[in-house]
Amino acid sequence: MDDFTEEQIERYSRHIILAEVGGKGQKKIRDASVFIVGAGGLGCPAGYYLTAAGVGRIGIADVDTIEISNLQRQIAHSTKKIGMLKADSAKSTFEELNPDVKVITYKERLSSKNIMDIIKDYQIVIDGSDNFPTRYLVNDACVMTKKPFVSGSILRFEGQVTTIIPNDGPCYRCLYESPPPRGLVPSCAEAGVLGVLPGVIGAIQATEVLKLILGKGDILKGELLIYNALKMSFKKMKIPKNPNCPVCSEKPTINELIDYEAFCEVRPY
Amino acid sequence: MEIKVDKKINIKGLVCPYTFVKSKLAIEGMEPGEVLEIILDYPAAATNVPRSMEDQGHKVLKTEKINDTDWLVVVQKGKE
Repeated sequence: MDDFTEEQIERYSRHIILAEVGGKGQKKIRDASVFIVGAGGLGCPAGYYLTAAGVGRIGIADVDTIEISNLQRQIAHSTKKIGMLKADSAKSTFEELNPDVKVITYKERLSSKNIMDIIKDYQIVIDGSDNFPTRYLVNDACVMTKKPFVSGSILRFEGQVTTIIPNDGPCYRCLYESPPPRGLVPSCAEAGVLGVLPGVIGAIQATEVLKLILGKGDILKGELLIYNALKMSFKKMKIPKNPNCPVCSEKPTINELIDYEAFCEVRPY
Repeated sequence: MEIKVDKKINIKGLVCPYTFVKSKLAIEGMEPGEVLEIILDYPAAATNVPRSMEDQGHKVLKTEKINDTDWLVVVQKGKE
């Protein structure tokens, strides 16, 4: 394709060779925009691979600063960046990998007040958040705006991924209708995580996004993929659509975004 | 029989896999049934490019060594 520079043809040659991608698919990737919630365990690998893949525009939202304890798994950051905002760190790492990609940072907490305005500029959303208020906020906002999103979560040795296509299959609330009550939620401090686990889950999220962009393959729509790193097992569970889902059914009871209170008792977000 | 060629590329100097990358990009911009002529000089590509083109649904009409260094590969674009 004349539109790619010689350098880009070389950079993306292993994509272009694939029958399912080719120059046309690589152009779709270049023209795509993805919003990533969180520059942590999931957002780092997902964003890193999407940057490598040449996604044209990546938005990344995080309010936190880098702590040394993050570095066991959050691979876009580094020791010398401790104290820096995660969003800024991710941007610099991604741009160093691939200058073709425009990275936009959002360093404010996502809430009912700003999320709609942010996601309207993106084609697909990745949820890599580590807390329930954000998880439900992202689900409800994506359902209300009919935006596909790929949800991921991790705990100890186990991770889960599902892809939600509003109006075509279940949403996150069909799976878990409302956030668990305070006290039942393990805080991040109580629950450890194997450092490599979010790498696997974040890479799967990025894979789902690329297939959505290309319109190829089977996505995790209506399915929850459960990966257990200790057993080294992948299981798929069907997620039925809840005909009475409070947000995605024909008669939703939730018509406005909700700002749930943060649960994590150790530190919020 | 004379083959009507719709597009020609010269990818002499390129090695695998860029020989195929360039050939593929060229054929992507063409219509099914149209014919692409490729001149190449990387020996392995003389077998790899036609094979990869066939793998991706195109029809190789001709592969021919045309002088001491170069090969001619003629490919007809398959259905999308």
